[in-house]
Amino acid sequence: MSTPIQLRPDETFILNVGPQHPATHGVLRVKMEMDGEYIVKSETVLGYIHRMHEKMGENRTYAQYLPNLSRLDYLGALGYTHGHVLAIERAAGIEVPERAEYIRAITVELNRVASHLFWFGAFVMDLGGFSPLMYAIQDREHILDMLEAVTGARLTYCYYRFGGLYNDIDDDFIEAAKRFIPRMRKSLKKYAALVTGNIIFQKRLEGIAPVSAEMCRKYGATGPVARGSGINFDVRKNEPYSVYPEFDFDVPVYHECDSMARYKVRMDEMEQSLRIIEQGLEKLPGGPIMAEKKPKNIKLPVGDFYQAVETARGSFGIRIVSDGDKNAYRLKLRSPTYSNMHLFDEACEGMLIMDALAFMGSLDLVIPEMDR
Amino acid sequence: MILETTQQALQALFAGSVPADGAEAATPRGNGVLTRDYKIHGYHLDAQVAADQLLAAVTILDQAGFFIESITGVDWIKENQMEVIYDFSRYDFDTCRVVIRTRVPRDQPIVPTISTIYAGANWHERETHDFFGIKFAGHPHLVPLLLPEDADFHPLLKDFKA
Repeated sequence: MSTPIQLRPDETFILNVGPQHPATHGVLRVKMEMDGEYIVKSETVLGYIHRMHEKMGENRTYAQYLPNLSRLDYLGALGYTHGHVLAIERAAGIEVPERAEYIRAITVELNRVASHLFWFGAFVMDLGGFSPLMYAIQDREHILDMLEAVTGARLTYCYYRFGGLYNDIDDDFIEAAKRFIPRMRKSLKKYAALVTGNIIFQKRLEGIAPVSAEMCRKYGATGPVARGSGINFDVRKNEPYSVYPEFDFDVPVYHECDSMARYKVRMDEMEQSLRIIEQGLEKLPGGPIMAEKKPKNIKLPVGDFYQAVETARGSFGIRIVSDGDKNAYRLKLRSPTYSNMHLFDEACEGMLIMDALAFMGSLDLVIPEMDR
Repeated sequence: MILETTQQALQALFAGSVPADGAEAATPRGNGVLTRDYKIHGYHLDAQVAADQLLAAVTILDQAGFFIESITGVDWIKENQMEVIYDFSRYDFDTCRVVIRTRVPRDQPIVPTISTIYAGANWHERETHDFFGIKFAGHPHLVPLLLPEDADFHPLLKDFKA
């Protein structure tokens, strides 16, 4: 006679999510202590694809390090390379021609739209809707084709150089970008009708996973996560760099603090990026794309330099400590999803597991960028 | 505006010492608050504090509404010192980036944890411990974060050999 299996009323169990799990979109592991369907406690385990990019920054010259930056975030790589070249230009005092900065802004914004599009598709797929991903990838394909033609790469771009660009854009690129803007605006309307208004989608996100503005501050959350919590913070506006002050665009902010707010911020941001691209193409000045007076081997003065940029995921910062050599003495990469994901453990306590996975999707994680 | 009030508040930690002016730091620089040229360095205030002043300095920033940007270390092997750098910034349009740095002896790198003030310091401190072996006294869970769980090496030390 076997004894019946009995469950104590206060019994919890450990659920291991990942490191290979479709919801984490990469190799991320979360240990969760569960009480039935509810999360009691969670612990995120990072480092599965840690590659020590910071050490590589110390044993390569600044120019040799350029390709590394696009291996951090494979969905929005241009924003990261932009931060790196701006940091070097700031420290070395290199003036960048206006045309180059305009092209940088245009391509970064195109990349931001591509990143948000992929996030949108993957996020809706996490929630059980498959077809939006196909539409999103189709739109993103146009951007990737455009960027491939000028940069030579589809994802891991190495397009910017200290003092300018590797390659000028041509008429084909401008034509394609001009054709893309109305197409994308139509698509955004389609997505709003197809997804945003969907009652199941709304029920899964509205009021779920509240992240307070105070929690954002304590964890250093930035980007759409902070803007979905009512914080009007965008490095492009708060700490203007490049030619962003020349553009007329808004920073979408939602005060609901829930997963839906973070979704809406990104959807609105795509429209704002299109506005920047549109104005950039209109105002695009002629002239050179590379600074004339640029040292061949870049050596930075002794000191400590910091540059922040707004990437698709939030505020990316790069700190370079230089001892006057051609390599950095210390190079620190501050990645936005690292801080955004950090608040997950605290925020998901007491949440249903399915809501927590939707919440994780709304944080827009790119694991190689967290692990560096 | 916030720049001046934060500078004054941090300056108060160094009562009795010579107030630092806006000039570039001499080497080796002493503890004190410096204003930096934002256009060149990318931050406004640069405060070097002793390890036991750290919590007081971070509390000032916390009360002034700063958010934590990152924590990192630098191995100054020639001076036989280890530096811990804390970055803070603001969400509002009164832009002010503050860098707090502290130096500890290289053979005994211990600083107090600030994860009691900023919960988000937890991972940054674990990462800094991974890379430099700097110990954060009072940290609730100082185990490897990015390195393998059994890692006993610190790859960003200047005398690290793979």
